[in-house]
Amino acid sequence: MTRQTRLVEVRQQVLKQNDVVARALRTRFRGAGVYVVSLVSSPGSGKTAFLEKTLTMLREEFRVAALVGDLATDNDARRLARSEVPVKQITTGTLCHLEAEMVRTALDGWNEGELDYLFIENVGNLVCPATFDLGEDLRLVLFSTTEGEDKPLKYPTIFNTADVAVITKIDLADAVEFNRAAAHQNIQSVRPGMEIIEVSSKSGQGMNEFLDFLRSRRLEARPQAKAAAR
Amino acid sequence: MHELSIALSIVETAAEQAERLGGAQVLAVHLKLGPLAGVVKEALLGSYELATENSPLAGSKLVIVETALRAYCPQCMQERAVVSVTEICCLECGTPTPQITSGRELEVTAMEISQ
Repeated sequence: MTRQTRLVEVRQQVLKQNDVVARALRTRFRGAGVYVVSLVSSPGSGKTAFLEKTLTMLREEFRVAALVGDLATDNDARRLARSEVPVKQITTGTLCHLEAEMVRTALDGWNEGELDYLFIENVGNLVCPATFDLGEDLRLVLFSTTEGEDKPLKYPTIFNTADVAVITKIDLADAVEFNRAAAHQNIQSVRPGMEIIEVSSKSGQGMNEFLDFLRSRRLEARPQAKAAAR
Repeated sequence: MHELSIALSIVETAAEQAERLGGAQVLAVHLKLGPLAGVVKEALLGSYELATENSPLAGSKLVIVETALRAYCPQCMQERAVVSVTEICCLECGTPTPQITSGRELEVTAMEISQ
């Protein structure tokens, strides 16, 4: 018998495995009534400070928890533990992003039915996390005024996969001559209609607006949820 | 560098399919790749070589077909080409086009096999 060469059609999503797990997580979160928010940004954009502030303010009213992805250290998890909410570390080793399966495993032992909000802090990286769905309801992309207003143009894909842009360290805007109008224009150019929120975790500026935004998004996504749990 | 994990997924998918086809030898894997998939073509090609080493797919080629970025234009009321990933608007009329219809593909579409 002679060997023959032929072309066969396949049609399979490369990340099917991740997508299947992410979809199952999304269904599970909806059933449990927990609203899940993930955060992506480059290293040093103030992601952990922002999350610490958010957790501290939200826990007055809601049951909140966080999963934190980090390459090697548990520094961020220890910082976030100061906000006195449950925090679990996902050490990714050499992996530059979180995958849905890592989120699923990290949830072992937690009852998400007892949570109103779950935050997932991705590894500091504006490239790799773009490709992986984690089953979240809302994906925030953060960038700070000190990074420059052209960040969205340099990393269009991550902005395109995110739902909301959060500009951090807004208290430093004048000092670093941050061009707000250009930043907003660049965001709209890579993701037309994208919601933009400006905050300072240090001064608290914009934090109340951000929390109001989260509350309304949660009630839209989880109409059965109560406005406040405590 | 997440291209290596993507390449490993591709190899896994292709090996599974080859198994299903009665242990066919894979000569090439065809992949559709969109500009918004978040994957760099050159990095993926390099990673593919690494990922196939010592696997049943060793020596096979990865053929990448890049797809065009397209979106629904609310002004033209039809699907149109988009200017670029940094300028998501209609190539014809310049209207912003948030509704992407093509450009996120990361899909194995075919395999060249020998059996």
